[in-house]
Parts: sequence; structure tokens; C-alpha cells
Amino acid sequence: MGANRVAVIGTGQTKYTAVRGDVSMPGLIREAAYRAVEDAGLTMADIDAVVIGKAPDFFEGMMMPETYLAEALGCVGKPLFRVHTAGSVGGSTAIVAASHVEAGVHERVLTIGWQQQSVSEAMWALSFPIPFQQQLVAGAGGYFAPFIREYMRRSNAPDDTGILVALKDRLNALKNPYAHLHEPEITYDSIKESFMLWEPIRYSETCPSSDGAFAMVLGSEAAAAQAQADTGIPPAWVLGTSMRSEPATAHGRDQITPQAGKDCAADVYRQAGISDPLEDVDMVEMYVPFSWYEPMWLENLGFAPEGEGWRLTEDGTTQMDGRLPVNCSGGVLSTNPIGASGMIRFGEAAMQVRGTAGDHQIDGVRKAVGHAYGGAAQFFAMWVVGSDRP
Amino acid sequence: MAPARDVAVVSVAQTAQRRAAAGLSETEMIQPAIRAALDRIDASISDIGFTCSGSSDYLAGQAFSFVMTLDAVGAWPPISESHVEMDGAWALYEAWVKIQAGHADTALVFGYSKASPGDLPRVLTRQLDPYYYGPLWPDSVALAGLQARAMLDAGAITEEEMAAIAFRNRTAAADNPNAQLRGSASVEELLATPYVADPLRRHDCAPITDGGVAVILAADDHARRWSDRPAWIRGIDHRVDSHNLGARDLTRAPSIALAAEKAGATGTFDVAEVHAPFTHQERIVVDELGLAEGTTLNPSGGALAANPVMGAGLLRIAEVADRISAGTAGRGVAHATSGQLLQQNLVCVLEGE
Repeated sequence: MGANRVAVIGTGQTKYTAVRGDVSMPGLIREAAYRAVEDAGLTMADIDAVVIGKAPDFFEGMMMPETYLAEALGCVGKPLFRVHTAGSVGGSTAIVAASHVEAGVHERVLTIGWQQQSVSEAMWALSFPIPFQQQLVAGAGGYFAPFIREYMRRSNAPDDTGILVALKDRLNALKNPYAHLHEPEITYDSIKESFMLWEPIRYSETCPSSDGAFAMVLGSEAAAAQAQADTGIPPAWVLGTSMRSEPATAHGRDQITPQAGKDCAADVYRQAGISDPLEDVDMVEMYVPFSWYEPMWLENLGFAPEGEGWRLTEDGTTQMDGRLPVNCSGGVLSTNPIGASGMIRFGEAAMQVRGTAGDHQIDGVRKAVGHAYGGAAQFFAMWVVGSDRP
Repeated sequence: MAPARDVAVVSVAQTAQRRAAAGLSETEMIQPAIRAALDRIDASISDIGFTCSGSSDYLAGQAFSFVMTLDAVGAWPPISESHVEMDGAWALYEAWVKIQAGHADTALVFGYSKASPGDLPRVLTRQLDPYYYGPLWPDSVALAGLQARAMLDAGAITEEEMAAIAFRNRTAAADNPNAQLRGSASVEELLATPYVADPLRRHDCAPITDGGVAVILAADDHARRWSDRPAWIRGIDHRVDSHNLGARDLTRAPSIALAAEKAGATGTFDVAEVHAPFTHQERIVVDELGLAEGTTLNPSGGALAANPVMGAGLLRIAEVADRISAGTAGRGVAHATSGQLLQQNLVCVLEGE
């Protein structure tokens, strides 16, 4: 909690798909931005500042594109701010936007996370050449697969936990009209039989590459009251925000359950008054680009003791009707425009609190967690949103 | 809006600004400046509540380049940290907001780049509208030439005045051991040189620079503990103009005047450091800021003496803060710019006790 209260008063998103060939770069972003502004009962003229985030500029082949987007975002003459913190950027961007309101600098801030991955090939864009670092030529999946294998060794998890996560998330995505992957035919067996990309990550256990944008309007206490009066939709109050980073390589660093993730969770729970995460949190949108990261993050974020996260997946706790629904939207496994993916997590958590999640709405969500990570599992951004004004 | 907390620059340090930091990675280049900024106040990274940096993947030639640079901070145990794909001046703005919001009391900010491995003017074309401007590859010097021509045609400046601006900045840089270009030929000699992009001559353009700068912010008593004479941030704001060059009056940059108004940059200043990578742009910035005669302008030599992209704006704030802390100035204003032809601008007002 910062000096002044802040709430999510509007959300908007694009339909996600492999190629949004029907819109230009500004067209894609405006689609989400205008929906968020309208959801808040506002027009662009009501927005004080725009905080925008995306992952590497090489993905679209445009350096610092936000200056080009100034007019499309209706912010000529306003502050325009660009965040880039790797895969966690969508979450970090929302946090930076929120801090503007908490600081009392602005009343209403529009924040947008986006990526147009169809323009390039993310797998190769993430395979850094020498001399920058040791060459993996393996993309993100190749980087994370060894850590997943180590998690399986340490936890003695059954080898199908990843399949169960993928099945759940892809079935959840069928309830989300904006999700990229809609695979009504998907089954446990079809996932198990899909080809192995990076042992133990199968094709159906990995995220797609998507085009899309997610936007939110963050407002002050007065702005939240006004928006609720105008739209009838309650705000999602920001109860805590946190970011933590650690180096890609450091002596003593545990890449399976990074200290930065633990610290980030502890910080945000402290702010939000959460002492028992499994008990106090009603749903989570966490950043799971590869199926096994659900049990891994359940442990890292304190929802399960170390080595026990897989049990929450296996026993149905993380299902839509479970005690702790995880990724009701279908998650990163169903939709991954990298620069937006963190903001989708944060925004979906807010939608659940506001009761605007449609067919994937969980009844009575009073506290929800949004989580994003990036880099070599080294950058973390989290927030807690809730229905009760802090 | 008056800031809720008093926040000051309490320490600054910069790398040597040079044409090519050959043999050094970005991480190796900026690390000594970060270390020096901490050492000046006898602090370590564990004393810092929030860290924020500004850099560009397009200059590094690598996606996620800033990830490696985190190694220059020593982020272990983990730290509260963020990064902007903007000049470090905006990283400072984020840190200032974070402190105002009550999430931190102290912050480390840095901005840096190595422009030398690429062809900077051509790299910067990739920041243009990708549908209409980008495919034409109009480089940053050519675009600045169009702007300078518009100013000459409007009677807003002369080529002699442009040469005098170059002469003043680079002569001032003779006293700046970190500057890349120190000292200048006479105005007459400068005017005798050929055009590189009519009406710009070589002296009208900032050099291509590798380098960076680190700044430490602290609030209230934290600032007083670390500095006998903190440089208090009295106001800071940033604004953006249109990207559409055809829709802009290129002789103006209204976002500067607007940011100055919002930052409370009125009255008189002992010192001003403005971020103008081309001589004629200094005139635009000074006019938009409404700087009074007698203000000491760019005593460091400004961007015309050293222009580390992504760091040159933050360097302006550092140069003003350093003079306030040294007691050679009481009140100063710093300006940072981003985008093509002064499209995006930040103004920061600093003051001693």
C-alpha cells in the first residue's frame, strides 16, 4: 500500500491470436486501450498519463515504439512512460502505473501491456548469440527444462502433473473468448501424446506465441467512486504491489525456487495483510508458460510447502471449482503475447474481483493475486487486489 | 501538485564519456560509475530501497540486454528493481514516483549505452513510424537538418549562432574531465567547414558516445544523512509531442514548455543543463524553458560535448545536482529529451537548502 489508495477501475483486452493481421501496431493497442477506458466510463480526455510496457523491441523490429504511439494513445501533451523488465514487464508496468496514483501525481492512469509476436520469431530472438552469453540455441523452453527436471527430482512429483496443468488451463481457456488457444478436443491423452519439445515439456504443455494487448485504468479513491457510480462496476482495490530482481547467475542462487520470488510474495502479502496465502487468497493468476511452473510457483509463492505444490494440482485444488483456482483465464499456457502476459495476469485478477470475468468468473472473489516473472526466473512482479477498500 | 516528500539527489558519478569503450561490455562500462556513486556517500546496495535503470536493446544489439547489466548492481540478495526503455532521466522519474508513493526512501538510478558497435544515426531510424517513415531510413542527422532548415527559414536562428552554440559548449567542456569533445575551434573556423547534412556542419551534431551515469536519490532525513548539501528535486514532469513530423511545427517543442510549467520551472536559475544533441535544438529548448539571460547554460559542455544515448538526459540532472551540492549553484534546471527532434521531454528543478 502506498501513500494514497489506488484501484483498477477499467480493464480491456484484444482477442489474442497467432497473427493479428487485421490491425496495425497502434490499432492493436487502441483496441485494448479504448475498451479499458470505456469500461471505466471515461474517454481518453479523462486520462492523465499513459504507462506502457512490452518486452524486447526486437520482437516487432521497432526501437522504443511508444513515441510513435503517442497520438494513437491520445497522449500528446501528456506524460507517456515506457517500462521494460523482461517477461515480468506486464506486471511491472501495472505497478509503475499504480505508483503514480499512490504518489498523488495523477488521478487516472491508463496502462497497457502488449506484444505483436507474429512480426518475428520469439524462440530465436531469445537464443542469444556469443559474445553476450553462453550459447543455448534453445529458446526459453530449452532454458527452463533442466530446472523443471530438477524440480521433479527434488519433489518426487508424479510425471503427469504437467499434463494435468495443461489440461486444466486449456479447458479454462474455452470459457475465455479472448484466449488465443481454443482446443475443445483436448484430452489428457492428446497432451501426453503430443511431441516432446524439451524433455519433459511437451508441445501441449508450452505456451503459444501470440499477438495482443491488455489495458487497465487505475484510479484514485475519488476516481474509483466516480467510475462505480457511472458504470455500476465496483473497483478492484490494490492492496499490495512488489517487484524483486536477482542476477541470472549468482553463487547460491536456486533457480528452482528463486529467492526473489519468495521475497516478492512475502512483501506483497505483508502489505495486503495475508498471513496464510492458501486460506486468505481466493484465486490466483500466475505466470505459467510451461505446465510444470504451476506446482513450482505454488511453492515459491507460499501456497504449498516446498516439494508439495504438485499435490494441489493433482488433488484438484487449482481447478475452477477447487479451493484455490489458478489461471481461470487459461493462463499463459493458452495466451502469450509476452509483453502483455504479466498484465493479463494482473488484469484478470482485477476482473475476478470486479466480477467482470464472464464465463470464467469465480463467485465471491474478495482477494486475488496477480503474478509475473521474467528473465532467467529472476524478475518478479506481484500484486494483490481486493473488493474491500483498504 | 506539490510533492508529498522532499527528495534529493545526494550522489552522482559518471563514466568517462568516450567515442568507444572498446573491450568493455555495457556491464563492465557502467559498474565503476555505480560503485563510485555509492562510495561517495559510503553506502552499499543494501542501503538502497529501489533501483531503476534506463537503456535500449537496440543500442546493445541484443534482446533483454539490461538483464546482464543487473550484474553491475550486485543484486544479491534480491533487490526491488525496475527498468525503463527510456533515457535514465525517466528512470529517475520512476524512482521519484516510487519514493513519493512511500514504497522506498532511497533509490539508485542509472542510464547508459554503448552506441559505438552500431551505426547510430541509422539505428535511430528504427524508432520512426514503421509504416511511413521507417522504410525511408531518414537518419537522425538528416531529420535534424530539416529542423535546422525550418528554423533558419523562420528566422529563429542563424548558422553563425549555431556555430557559437557549438563553440560555447565545447569550450566549457574543456573544464570537464569526463567530456568526450573538449575545446573548440573558433566560430570562423567552424563556419568554414563543409556541411554534413545541409545546413548542419559537423560541429552542429553531438558526438557518438559510449558511457553512462549513476545517481542516488534519498528522501527527507535520509538525504540529510548522506549529504551536507542535498540537491532537492522541487519539481519534475515529462510530456510528449506528436511523432508525426509533418504535423509538428519543427521550430517548437511545446512539450518542453508544458513540462516546465508542471514542474514549476519558473523564475531564475543559476544553472541550466539542457539536452540538445544539435546546436539549433539548444535554442528551441532555451526558448521553451523561458530561460533568463545570465543563466549559466551547459557548464559541462552538454550533449554537444558528450552524448551517451539513454544516459545523456540523466547526465544533465547529475551535472546540475553536482553543482548545487558543491555550492557553486543555488537553483538549477535540467532538461532531458527522447525520440526524434525533441519529441519527448522531461524537466527537473533542483535547489539547495
